[in-house]
Amino acid sequence: MIAWTIYLTFAGALLALLLPGLFSRWFALLTTVAGLAVSIAAFCRATGFGAFETIINVPWVPALGMNYHLAVDGISLTLCLVTGLTAVSAVLFSWDTQERPNEFFFWLLLVVAGSYGVFLSADLFLFFVFYELVIVPKYFLILIWGSTNKEYGAMKLTLYSFFGGALVFIGILAAYIAAGQGGIAASLDLQQLSHFSFSPQLQEWAFPILFLGFAILAGMWPLHTWAPTGHVAAPTAGSMLLAGIVMKLGAYGALRVAMNLFPQGFQMWRNWIALFAVIGIVYAAAVALRQRDLKFVIGYSSVSHMGFILLGLATANALGVSGAVLQMFSHGVIGALLFAVAGRMIYPRTHTRDLEALSKMDLARVLPFAAFTFVIASAASMGIPGFSGFAAEITILIGTWKAYPLAVWITGAGMVLVAAFTLRALKKSFFEMPSAMPGGMTSVSSPILDPLPPITLPEKLGASLLMFATLAIGLYPKVLLDRIMPAVESMRFLHPGN
Amino acid sequence: MSYLELLQLVSPEATLTVTALTVLAVGLTSSGQVSSRGSSVPAASSACTVIAALGLLVSVFAVLHLPPDAMRFNGMLVISPLTSLFKIICLTLAFFAVLLGHDEESLARNRGEYLAILLLATIGLMLLVSSEELLMIFIGLELTGLSLYLMTAFDKTDARSAEAGLKYFLFGSTASAFTLFGLSLVYGMSGSTSLTAIAQNLASGPIQPLLAAGIVMTLVGLAFKVAAAPFHLWAPDAYQGAPTTSAAFIASGSKVAAFFVLGKIVLIGFGPLAGSAAWHAMVSGWAPLLAALAALSILVGNFVALVQTNLRRLLAYSAVAHAGYTLLGLVAGGRDGFGATLFYTTIYAFTLVGAFGVVAAVRRDTGGDDLTNFTGLSSRSPLLAGCMAIFMLSLAGLPPLAGFFGKFYLFSAAFRSGNNHGLLWLVALALFGSLVSLYYYLIVLKVIFTAKFSTDAPAPGLSFIQGLSLSMLALAVLVLGITPGPFITRIMSALPA
Repeated sequence: MIAWTIYLTFAGALLALLLPGLFSRWFALLTTVAGLAVSIAAFCRATGFGAFETIINVPWVPALGMNYHLAVDGISLTLCLVTGLTAVSAVLFSWDTQERPNEFFFWLLLVVAGSYGVFLSADLFLFFVFYELVIVPKYFLILIWGSTNKEYGAMKLTLYSFFGGALVFIGILAAYIAAGQGGIAASLDLQQLSHFSFSPQLQEWAFPILFLGFAILAGMWPLHTWAPTGHVAAPTAGSMLLAGIVMKLGAYGALRVAMNLFPQGFQMWRNWIALFAVIGIVYAAAVALRQRDLKFVIGYSSVSHMGFILLGLATANALGVSGAVLQMFSHGVIGALLFAVAGRMIYPRTHTRDLEALSKMDLARVLPFAAFTFVIASAASMGIPGFSGFAAEITILIGTWKAYPLAVWITGAGMVLVAAFTLRALKKSFFEMPSAMPGGMTSVSSPILDPLPPITLPEKLGASLLMFATLAIGLYPKVLLDRIMPAVESMRFLHPGN
Repeated sequence: MSYLELLQLVSPEATLTVTALTVLAVGLTSSGQVSSRGSSVPAASSACTVIAALGLLVSVFAVLHLPPDAMRFNGMLVISPLTSLFKIICLTLAFFAVLLGHDEESLARNRGEYLAILLLATIGLMLLVSSEELLMIFIGLELTGLSLYLMTAFDKTDARSAEAGLKYFLFGSTASAFTLFGLSLVYGMSGSTSLTAIAQNLASGPIQPLLAAGIVMTLVGLAFKVAAAPFHLWAPDAYQGAPTTSAAFIASGSKVAAFFVLGKIVLIGFGPLAGSAAWHAMVSGWAPLLAALAALSILVGNFVALVQTNLRRLLAYSAVAHAGYTLLGLVAGGRDGFGATLFYTTIYAFTLVGAFGVVAAVRRDTGGDDLTNFTGLSSRSPLLAGCMAIFMLSLAGLPPLAGFFGKFYLFSAAFRSGNNHGLLWLVALALFGSLVSLYYYLIVLKVIFTAKFSTDAPAPGLSFIQGLSLSMLALAVLVLGITPGPFITRIMSALPA
């Protein structure tokens, strides 16, 4: 049932390419809404979330042991849900794309379809196909429709992603060959491989390579520099999808593939992962505090929040990892919302993202809905209770306290930094009171003489959808945790005896 | 054994010979006429193209009606499912090359002669594919080589074409001399010219110096043919200067047959002397030699391609890099390695024919094939841009295209073969090369998809046949990437156990 998300989105992508320009955005909206509806339906209907339940498993290239194998569990359901939410709002926020809309929505839907595919794959090769599939659409989205430094940003992002993919490839090959020699017929099957015990020597070198490959896409310090550059250069929908979904592909891969296939290797290296995660949280927050461009602030905040996810994964206990998955959902929504405000509500109207320039425009008075949305998004991002960010971060921190108490102290300091840069950005962009000019002139409340165009209906719908999502999960995280925790608890690395 | 029986066994080659002579004769009836720019080519010229294309199709038919297994003359003529499959592939590549270049300006004057030489080159390829005997291999190499030299230098109005032809000829002749000397040394040390007999006669003890010299010289000659570094210096000029059809044929058909023959020679003929290219356990033999060639090709090909401004030269250096990847499969050895090599070189050949088809179309309408001639191609001709995107991304190795699967197959075969992951260094190097290559393929796509074309040049006049051929090639690359299963099964089942 949930596999239809993949097929619908691919079909929608092709149709968006072939239809005349005016209809392509409607088809894109239809496709993404259908994907979201299917995700929600599967979410509500599914019962056993613990086991990785097969949806379809047909031979693909029997000579090499590759099957077309899709499976789902609580984690996959959660991530498909956030993909659907972010996709719908991304399309809504790109409603007014004038230039080459067909190709734009084609590439956009390809990213979404590939993401659905990654979250539902249960065969290593199929997983890798979908994982790499997403790389080229990202390049074209940024290159053609991007803004600041788009050529450099696009190429850097793409090359880093491909480099991560190459490392993942080596890890996958190591698992494939070792399992093949160990006698497994379909030695690319995730379910079979997660019961196979690889030799500790293999795990010792294969795990870091595999994890590093995924961690590059997840924005782990110090290989995170592609993320701020790329996100700033991307068009709004591109940034929303990149920060919201694509970085989560890396984290999901780390969880589903790296940690599950090589649990002993994971135990050997998890201290390093925790270390880099914590450094990432604090470093990215500190750098965000110094940024002049609003989108750069949000880009670095994405890296910081991804650090939370990696920290949660490194704790190797059920609470921490469940918190990490919840944070994948939460930051998907929040990051998308932040980029939507900065990229679509502010930038096309004011033609600047510089915080100093924005602070003179009294935007809270001129764009009240945008101000409201940004306040909600900032609150969620800071981890204020009532929003999903708090639920996720507190779960991660409780899990971390069990494993690395010192990390909790340092992360706490990092969270203060997060609050600092978020409030700074919020204040400067919307709530700075314009002061009187010297010489007695009355202050100009906005250097733009024409009134700014009001927030359009698609923008309001997209923002409302995301705000509702973060509020709902913030108030009632049990809805997600009930599905996530059984799936996490059945994962192999939590039972080291296996 | 009667001549009739022999004729039945070589019916594909015989058909092509008759076609070549017919095309030559028809072409002679209109020699000297020159077509004016833009208007239709003389009737005899297009008749030649039609006859050539038909002849190739009939030849494919003839291959399909060959007996499944036969061997004559101590290995000079071998018919097996594998050789029949690759004869069909070579014929198909020639077919597409003929179609995509059917209105090429520079060849219009003597199209009959050109097509005849192309068909003779195809015959050479088929002889190469179906022989497991040293003398016949050499004859096939020479027939192909001499025909290709002529095809490269065919455009008498372009100094580049003459330069390319001369360089190719001088290089190629030297390489042929090396090959012949090497083959004679191997014959001397092993006492036979049949590959299977050679394998039996060669002791698997320490390699004697003379035998080592023979093997090295043979491999040098064949490495030239596949454009592996450091024997690749002819490739950039040949790819850039030759008429587009010739370049397409050199890049595709000649490569496929050359890798096929190289595989046969090292895996069957020199089998016992493989040695090992594993990082901590190198044993001398041809495997470390091929591994060194592969590593050098990957590095040289990718890094020099980074600075190219002409698309055909870029494709040439990328061809060097891809030769490196393909050699990986031979270093891996065994059924998996050889199967992966054959799969990869086939899809690579089809991709290159398509890429050169696009280059030909752009060259015809803008007068050149530098990267700047491709700016804004997506707004002028979405079909050409889309096909080129598929070809470039397949070369870069991105899913869901055939190149991705080919690389996966190659690298997994290499990874699996060395004991204790001995070939990991080569696989890691190849992945690094792929990363570097992604950069310049994306630059090509960047040029194509951004920047509106400023002057008001007309949209490329793509003939229906060319558009259809390009679409079919692009579709094939896509389909082979999504469902490679049938083709792989076909190759693996044709390989002897």
